[in-house]
Amino acid sequence: MKKIFNGSALLPLLAFALAMLIGGLLIAFSDAKVLALRSEPWEMVKAGAATAWNAYVALFEGAFYDPNLARQGGGQGFYPISETLVVAAPLILAGLSVALAFRAGLFNIGAQGQFIFGAIGASYIGFTFELPPLLHIIVAMLFGVFIAGIYGGIVGLLKAKTGAHEVIVTIMLNYVASYLLLWLLKTQAFLREGRNDPIAPDILESARLPKILGSEFRISVAILISLLVAWLIAFLLNKTTLGFRFRAVGANATAARTAGMSVAFVTTSVMIVAGALAGLGGALNVLGGEYALTVGIAGSFGFDAITVALLGRAKPLGVVLSAFLFASLRVGGQMMQAKTDTPLDLVLVIQALIILFIAAPALVKALFRLKNINSSTGMAAKGWNG
Amino acid sequence: MAKISNLTPAQRRTRRGIYTLGIFTLLASFPFIFLAKDSADVTYGFVLRDEWVLINEWIINSKTAAIIFISLAAISTIASYLFFLKGKKVGTFSFIGAFSLLMAFLSWAAKGSFIPLTGVFQGALLLAVPLIFGAMAGVICERSGVINIAIEGQLLAAAFAAGVVASLTQSTTWGLIVAPFAGALISLILATFAIKYQIDQVILGFVINVLVIGLTGFLYKKLLIPYQDTWNSGPILSPIEIPLLSKLPIIGPVLFKQTIIVYLMYLAVGLTHYYLFKTRWGLRTRAVGEHPTAADSVGIKVNALRFRNVILAGAVAGLGGAYFTVGAVGMFGKEMTAGKGFIALAALIFGRWSPKGAVAAALLFGFADNLQVVLSIIGTAIPSEFLLMVPYIATIIAVSGFVGKVRAPAADGIPYTRGSH
Repeated sequence: MKKIFNGSALLPLLAFALAMLIGGLLIAFSDAKVLALRSEPWEMVKAGAATAWNAYVALFEGAFYDPNLARQGGGQGFYPISETLVVAAPLILAGLSVALAFRAGLFNIGAQGQFIFGAIGASYIGFTFELPPLLHIIVAMLFGVFIAGIYGGIVGLLKAKTGAHEVIVTIMLNYVASYLLLWLLKTQAFLREGRNDPIAPDILESARLPKILGSEFRISVAILISLLVAWLIAFLLNKTTLGFRFRAVGANATAARTAGMSVAFVTTSVMIVAGALAGLGGALNVLGGEYALTVGIAGSFGFDAITVALLGRAKPLGVVLSAFLFASLRVGGQMMQAKTDTPLDLVLVIQALIILFIAAPALVKALFRLKNINSSTGMAAKGWNG
Repeated sequence: MAKISNLTPAQRRTRRGIYTLGIFTLLASFPFIFLAKDSADVTYGFVLRDEWVLINEWIINSKTAAIIFISLAAISTIASYLFFLKGKKVGTFSFIGAFSLLMAFLSWAAKGSFIPLTGVFQGALLLAVPLIFGAMAGVICERSGVINIAIEGQLLAAAFAAGVVASLTQSTTWGLIVAPFAGALISLILATFAIKYQIDQVILGFVINVLVIGLTGFLYKKLLIPYQDTWNSGPILSPIEIPLLSKLPIIGPVLFKQTIIVYLMYLAVGLTHYYLFKTRWGLRTRAVGEHPTAADSVGIKVNALRFRNVILAGAVAGLGGAYFTVGAVGMFGKEMTAGKGFIALAALIFGRWSPKGAVAAALLFGFADNLQVVLSIIGTAIPSEFLLMVPYIATIIAVSGFVGKVRAPAADGIPYTRGSH
């Protein structure tokens, strides 16, 4: 794993372009109107290209700037990019969670479950207690972070004490968290008055994060918090002893142990911090946009987080940039689906392809006949028992 | 007798597993026997239709039933401990113990109700079908040293392909034929990237799952919904009764009145076990999974063997995927495998990477899954969500070393390059 995250920015760009190209082909050749032109190949190619182009234009407009909305004035044209940032904030944090664990040689597939725990905690404090505004936000956030940190810590502790592989444990804990959420939403404590469907009460006004661009945009200080945390994690990793230990264990656990570091301590503390980060993502998603806990509160944030961390090469800045990219694909994908009848699932395909191409630089090298990309950017493997 | 003083780590873990079973039995006796305030009759129904010997019903007081099953679990615990001391295998007793605990729970939860037990077993077996195929795929793959997190993707892709082809041809046979190829195609991605490009197999499996979920979801919305009549209205396999065997009481209708996929599953389990432990291929597969360098030194082509096994595993998982569409509902639904691939992975791990163990685990998980369905119908105090958690929590307990030795093949997930080890 140690060699995963080196290499130039060229590779991610090529991977992205290649994934978009294949996605475009998929759009073109699954379209009934395009397929109807089978008898005229040239017309078919033109129609296919136009279909794919229209879908991507809709995706771009839906993610960044919408000329139609812009005519309403008041900066409404920028509504899409504000939505992208709303989605990016929790995604950055969940991505940091996975990235931090990567740096310590751990694969945290459990961001989804930790995200759910953070959302549950923040929501519960948010609608149950009446506290002064700022204090309410802080308490709600900290409680979410706290229980998610414990949830992540369990994984680290089990790994350190019994050798249970973190991938298996986190996969299983994701399901446990989902079912726990399902159950909680049916209990009296989380049932919204007058409703039978699984939705918790809205959090109180005092627990909502302040909006930064007026009430017409959902964008709140959540994005600023996530950027600040990204900077803190960069600081932690690069400037502190603890961060050095994390990286040392990630680079070579045996050497770190020989050097007198406690691998068990690092494993546990990394997973606590990783859980806390994903939990903060879940908390911000509730406090800074959704306001109510639902079954789908975590969406696919925890899973997107893995692709975010991989594309961002487990570096905080990379995570921020790739979270922004994937958030724009998600948000723009909604518009693409509505406008051009292109299913949102295309975004999943593009995400998976990007990671595959990044993971196998040798493949991209061969495709583009490149010679100067460092081959060691591949995601080198480690075993179940490692 | 093995000397208690110097046990190997594996033996110590086995002993810890037996202790765990004992502790669970002890803990279970409190809610189900000692603290159970009221008791009522539970009626277990056995007859489905026209078996030879008709055992109609078994009416028993819920507390009495709980005492019987808890005792059975206790006996299994003691028996497995005695077998452990003699150095024999304890897997069968662990299975009986775990099953008895589930039955004690059922007796307690279903007091005052009628439980069609034969139907419950039948449902449990059907729920276990994709798990067992998935787990066999995992065994074949991981025993030769390639981690298979992509079982979910293999199941889903095959479910999609089988459903679409069965619908287009209006033939379940074609659906069944295509499914293994679809699973193998997904495996081809896994094998290429894992063996040729040596990417981390956990990351890879994860990404493949995302890719398959995305692709099938995309095509589902783009083709299967708008053109449902041609693309997504496939026929369903009908059950085949095995003469004589299907007339046996209780097990007859459960095991021998099923669709061809279930019979293929018996075959897959039997063949996997036989080939893995009794043939040259099996020996080589296990050698490559445990110590590829040694295998290479005696002339086994490590990566070629792994490549073939991964492809084969995909084909096996593909049959399990076909169950979702042609074996059950006919129509393909978005993400219809719903995490079954991961429960199959859990069964594989819980069953310690052995075919028999994985089948036992998959059956237990299928049973727990079906209990939740049954109990939600009769209404019980235990929320169904907690029963749904059972496979996942059981797996966490297993990998944490509380249930005997859980160790993957030594070279599982580590790519092999000649001369680098």
